Amino acid sequence: MSSPVMDFDEALAAYDPVLGLEVHVELNTASKMFCGCSTAFGAEPNTHTCPVCLGLPGSLPVVNAKAIESAIRIGLALNCTIAGWCRFARKNYFYPDMTKDFQISQYDEPIAFDGYVDLDVDGETFRIEIERAHMEEDAGKLLHLGGSTGRIGDAEYSLLDYNRAGTPLIEIVTKTIHGTGAKAPQVAKAYVSFLRDLMVSLGVSDARMEQASLRCDANVSIMPKGTTTLGLRTETKNVNSLRSVERALHHEIRRQAAVLSSGGSVQQETRHWHEDGEYTTPGRLKSDAEDYRYFPEPDLVPVAPSREWVEELRATLPELPNLRKVRLQGDWGFTDLELQDVVNAGALDVIEATVAAGASPQAARKWWLTELARRANEAGVELAELAITPAQVAQVQGLVDAGTVNDKLARQVIEGVLAGEGSPAEVVVARNLAVVSDSGELAAAVDRAIAANPDAAARIRDGHVQAAGALIGAVMKEMRGQADAAAVRELVLAKLA
Amino acid sequence: MLTPVDGARSRAVNEELTLALTPADVARLGELARVRLTEEELVHLAPQLDVILASVARVTEVAGADVPPTSHALPLTNVFRDDVVTESLPAEAVLAGAPSVEDGRFRVPRILTEDA
Repeated sequence: MSSPVMDFDEALAAYDPVLGLEVHVELNTASKMFCGCSTAFGAEPNTHTCPVCLGLPGSLPVVNAKAIESAIRIGLALNCTIAGWCRFARKNYFYPDMTKDFQISQYDEPIAFDGYVDLDVDGETFRIEIERAHMEEDAGKLLHLGGSTGRIGDAEYSLLDYNRAGTPLIEIVTKTIHGTGAKAPQVAKAYVSFLRDLMVSLGVSDARMEQASLRCDANVSIMPKGTTTLGLRTETKNVNSLRSVERALHHEIRRQAAVLSSGGSVQQETRHWHEDGEYTTPGRLKSDAEDYRYFPEPDLVPVAPSREWVEELRATLPELPNLRKVRLQGDWGFTDLELQDVVNAGALDVIEATVAAGASPQAARKWWLTELARRANEAGVELAELAITPAQVAQVQGLVDAGTVNDKLARQVIEGVLAGEGSPAEVVVARNLAVVSDSGELAAAVDRAIAANPDAAARIRDGHVQAAGALIGAVMKEMRGQADAAAVRELVLAKLA
Repeated sequence: MLTPVDGARSRAVNEELTLALTPADVARLGELARVRLTEEELVHLAPQLDVILASVARVTEVAGADVPPTSHALPLTNVFRDDVVTESLPAEAVLAGAPSVEDGRFRVPRILTEDA
């Protein structure tokens, strides 16, 4: 059930929120962290397991080199120090999502630590300090059955699929984030969004929140304004979309403010986010100090990346997504709002490619954010998945610039390309879409329009230039849209001057 | 020879280790290990575990300040494998030892907590 909440503005007037974010990223290696089982999503249950990931006696884990590489590259991209020497550790716990009764993780020796990222949120820069990025293995998947609601509390039993057990994960933990004020939920969302873009640009993860290959646990506490003692925090889980990150924190700040202002105290606990109703419910109490009895994993020797290897990996880092945005905005001369629209539409890559193919940035933006966005939306696909390449979009604009087609005809050209009728030029020919440039044919059409609209013609002769609209419309109709409206206008005015 | 700081540290370690393990400590360890122990067992085991701890503490005393804690006997680092998929076990073999199976999955009793 949802709890009482305070108005957000009121809560922020009385309290300062303090955030801490933990993000788990599933790496996109072909095989698991410590064995050769496939990490492919969606296989039949328990078909991607072996003695190592099932923790059978006598099996020995061996570290996946690609996972270490990805971990180091993520660490470098987050401006972290890379450990010269670190170990894996066993985190002991009893829960059936791991058959071993422990998870191989890292404890006090993470592979990367002490980093930061700078985020721009509505024109204000926030530095998020990274405490650590460590390596660990994912757990198996539970299915709770038998209850009426499908929730754990009601379940009669659970079913386990260990295909995911052992998939490499990187857990990225921030230091406490102060000073975000009312922007706390937005900053958290911007941070997770940044990480998602970063993982994709590094090519280390699909980073799809809806498939849980990127997961966020959001910690938040609030402290009365003017005080410096941290309040007790809650950790909200099940936050499975960027929007949820923002909404869950928004809610949790309001809930905690209501608790404190009514004289109560916040429980240090895990809370569960309910996407549908937008509220959180309590889970496990954290005060019962978890004791995972970490100890160095005896089956895995330490990882000691050489400086040379780290520098080699640093050289493979792509331009970081936030820097790229700044560069492209400068190159393209877009306003903040225009760039934001482009980013939100996921159109940066396609527009960059379209511009590279010769279109002007504004023309590229126009096509991708209007006609093509509409078509992608209708088809339920991403822009990049449309059956038209950025080069073809640039060609369409080239046809417009050359006067071969007008905007309206260009949309039909795009329709043809999407329907697989060939290149833009081929579609123009096949569909007979070129504007009529034969001045004789156009002049005759203008004459016919003048004859058919004597009133409008008379008014234009009297100097009412705006009356030309009716004649231009008539000509365009006769030409089935295949005329250059500006040229028609000139002809009309010249004939009636 | 111990520096003052090292001396202080080893004294602290010794003091910690000479604190006798109480039955309550053993009960807590039992909880963590999911081993249920009777009152008699707790009282019986506490001094026995104490002997083990004291023995390990003796070894710690022998190691001088120049001996780093050792977690691995092998002088190796960076033992890696290439990211190559190898054959997994057939699901029937994986599930053969399971006390209960349903729908290709391991079936376990209901779990009480909401998360994990």
